[in-house]
Amino acid sequence: MHELSIVQGVVELCEQHSGGRTVLAVTLQIGALSGVVPEALEFCFEAVTKGSLLEGARLEIERIEAAGYCSECGILSRIDTYFDPCPSCGALSLELRTGEEMRVKDLEVE
Amino acid sequence: MCTTCGCPSEEHVHHHGHGEHISGGKISVETDILAKNNRYAGQNRNLFREKGIFALNLVSSPGSGKTTILERTLRDLSGELCCAVVEGDQQTDNDALRIAATGVPVRQINTGAGCHLDAHMVGHALEELPVGELEILFIENVGNLVCPAAFDLGEAHKVVVLSVTEGEDKPLKYPQMFHAADVMLLNKTDLLPHLDFDVEKCLEMARRVSPGIKIFRLSAKTGEGMAEWYEWLRGER
Repeated sequence: MHELSIVQGVVELCEQHSGGRTVLAVTLQIGALSGVVPEALEFCFEAVTKGSLLEGARLEIERIEAAGYCSECGILSRIDTYFDPCPSCGALSLELRTGEEMRVKDLEVE
Repeated sequence: MCTTCGCPSEEHVHHHGHGEHISGGKISVETDILAKNNRYAGQNRNLFREKGIFALNLVSSPGSGKTTILERTLRDLSGELCCAVVEGDQQTDNDALRIAATGVPVRQINTGAGCHLDAHMVGHALEELPVGELEILFIENVGNLVCPAAFDLGEAHKVVVLSVTEGEDKPLKYPQMFHAADVMLLNKTDLLPHLDFDVEKCLEMARRVSPGIKIFRLSAKTGEGMAEWYEWLRGER
């Protein structure tokens, strides 16, 4: 349940960037292998934002697919786990290029 | 007031100018949610580098034997290496008392409802440890195979402890943690004769998730395999 600390981090970042204005919406980018469950973020969001500039704000979550680069065949492929083999040549140990993101993309303020 | 540990922090100035562009009601942020933790982790890492401290972050599920491994390691090495421990638990100072009995300086962090240590908490614990003399710092994280994976504390390596009573497929069930770790200690090997645990299968799964992972098989109870772990500590620090 570190989603709670994640949402606290989101609130802090948004308050730093909103220039004191009420935040109407926030967009997050969450990688498929980040270990963060979007539903759990949504669950904490309302409670954590209460009394902050984000109270009542809309939470939008963009999922980022995980992609691994295969140094054997030089192909970048979508993967679902840390241990997927290369879908093209079957090689193990792909180099993760995307999928671990946990970012605040943007805000919409009043 | 800091939301991470509740201390009155001066960090919370409102800073702007991180490249955000205000256009209409949209503000581009493009910042890592864990940026604050990572900033504190960077401060810890700088301190470790400056003082020549080799810091390890021990992570595992509860009951894998992290504290027992530390007790034995400290008793065996504290004559030759200056060590200290930061203990993380939700409640109690039981583990800190066990470490203190070895004569090594220790600071307990109670995270309360928190499921992991963060770099800010560790930074505060360091203020109370003799960092000027330290050679190795062991940070024993909260027993949890999920959350501590995401939080950098400034350590040189995450060391994941897996005990043979837990089942050999843990690396595939909790891949993020094993992926984040550079070292794995397979503990309680003295119990293998009583279990169906397939060591080779477990190690293969760990390597699938973390290809370069360094693995030690040991028993903190009998001392079997501990010498190789000590050799690694001496060589790496």
